[in-house]
Amino acid sequence: MERLVALPFGKSVEIAYQSIRVRFFRSLITTLSLVLAVAFLCYVQAGNRIAETILQTGSEAGFRALLQAGYDVQPGDAAIGESAKQRWLVILSLMVCVVGIVNAQLMAVTERFREIGIMKCLGALDSFILRLFLLEALMQGFIGAAAGALLGAVFAVASSAVQFGALVFTALPLGGITMTILTATATGCLLSLLGVVFPAVKAARMAPVEAMRVEE
Amino acid sequence: MPSDRSANVQHAIIRTTNVVKTFQLGSHTLEVLKGISLNIAADRHVSIMGPSGSGKSTLFNMIGGLDKPTSGKVFINEVDIAQLDAYELAWLRCRKIGYIFQTFNLIPVMTALENVTLPMIFAGTGNDEAVERGMILLKTVGLADRFNHKPSELSGGQQQRVAVARALANGPSIILADEPTGNLDLTTGEEIINLLKRMSEERKVTIISATHDFKMLNVSDEVIWIRDGLIDKIEQRDELRISVGTIE
Ligand SMILES: Nc1ncnc2c1ncn2[C@@H]1O[C@H](COP(=O)(O)OP(=O)(O)O)[C@@H](O)[C@H]1O
Ligand SMILES: [Mg+2]
Repeated sequence: MERLVALPFGKSVEIAYQSIRVRFFRSLITTLSLVLAVAFLCYVQAGNRIAETILQTGSEAGFRALLQAGYDVQPGDAAIGESAKQRWLVILSLMVCVVGIVNAQLMAVTERFREIGIMKCLGALDSFILRLFLLEALMQGFIGAAAGALLGAVFAVASSAVQFGALVFTALPLGGITMTILTATATGCLLSLLGVVFPAVKAARMAPVEAMRVEE
Repeated sequence: MPSDRSANVQHAIIRTTNVVKTFQLGSHTLEVLKGISLNIAADRHVSIMGPSGSGKSTLFNMIGGLDKPTSGKVFINEVDIAQLDAYELAWLRCRKIGYIFQTFNLIPVMTALENVTLPMIFAGTGNDEAVERGMILLKTVGLADRFNHKPSELSGGQQQRVAVARALANGPSIILADEPTGNLDLTTGEEIINLLKRMSEERKVTIISATHDFKMLNVSDEVIWIRDGLIDKIEQRDELRISVGTIE
């Protein structure tokens, strides 16, 4: 007989999901900075896509509206990239967000030392603990990032509508905005995983007695 | 010595040789276990007795493979556990040993049934079979109707019953209990002691409990008295009746 312990993937997903659900508020706090950062990322990118579509219609009114809204466009331009300032703001907000996640996850993991110790006493390997934390972060990341991306896209459309008026609705780049939402969500998932790796590895490596000595 | 006599008759399921455990507290070295050698025969109910701070929990962790001795060896079924790799050690904790703690140590986000079935899942049992066996175990400890309750919705005694059911989940050959009655009142503690006694009789499992609860003496086959990290004396059941009389 092979002397191996196991944790089937489906069961890990179940445990991770349950853990998020039961600790809803803790999960919310962990995810909040991610929601905001991804919303900002998506807002900036979707806004640029909309402006770009208006530019590409080639209409005089559109061009004037863009200039008025502060876009740095020349006659004959076909694309609007992120400005250097926008790019820095986005990168900075994503960095702050990862630091926020690491911080929140370190606290969340510390609160769960005892639980980790118990699981190890019941035969869990380090890899089980690591997998549970990564799955939780992935689920939280997905939900938070998707919510943030939608939020950002909605705000981008709304603020463009205010800036450009009816022009926006004649040239709304739905496909482009959807792509932006998807990439922003994926970015959010990655950031969430990035934020949990260090706390999760630290937790998974703890010896059972060490983990259980921590008073709650 | 009586313990040697019994160990020769029966197979020693746990054997320690000169186990020493020290903790480094800054520049100061605290020697908690100062050389413990003992044999515990299979299928017995052994109590490790000693005052608080005498090193019972530390010894418990060594015997259970939860911590490593500073020097000396621990054998479980004549296997030196220092030689096991992480996978074998996890397998041992999962299949061969059931742990019971003073603070119950159930997983707070899981229901009673989920707590009992988790070790079965780790052991590779399918979900349906785990649920079925989990329910039987909860019934055995008298909590079948509480299967869907979280630990926070159960009393201390009920939580400890769930912990007993969980310890039995994979049919272990050893149950280790560290102050299993330490956080319970007199009657609830007695119920847990009787439950453990019943389990040891019905299931042929070796029960080792670290305790300073004298109620435990009545059900013990053997008592190992620890004082300041050393074995003070080892008494068999028949010798015990006399000393219990003097204690109570
Ligand atoms: N990880 C540790 N670090 C430092 N000291 C410890 C540690 N574990 C136990 N001790 C000390 O060892 C002594 C014995 O502890 P313990 O084994 O818990 O005793 P008991 O269970 O008999 O009450 C105590 O003085 C305790 O403070
Ligand atoms: Mg103790």
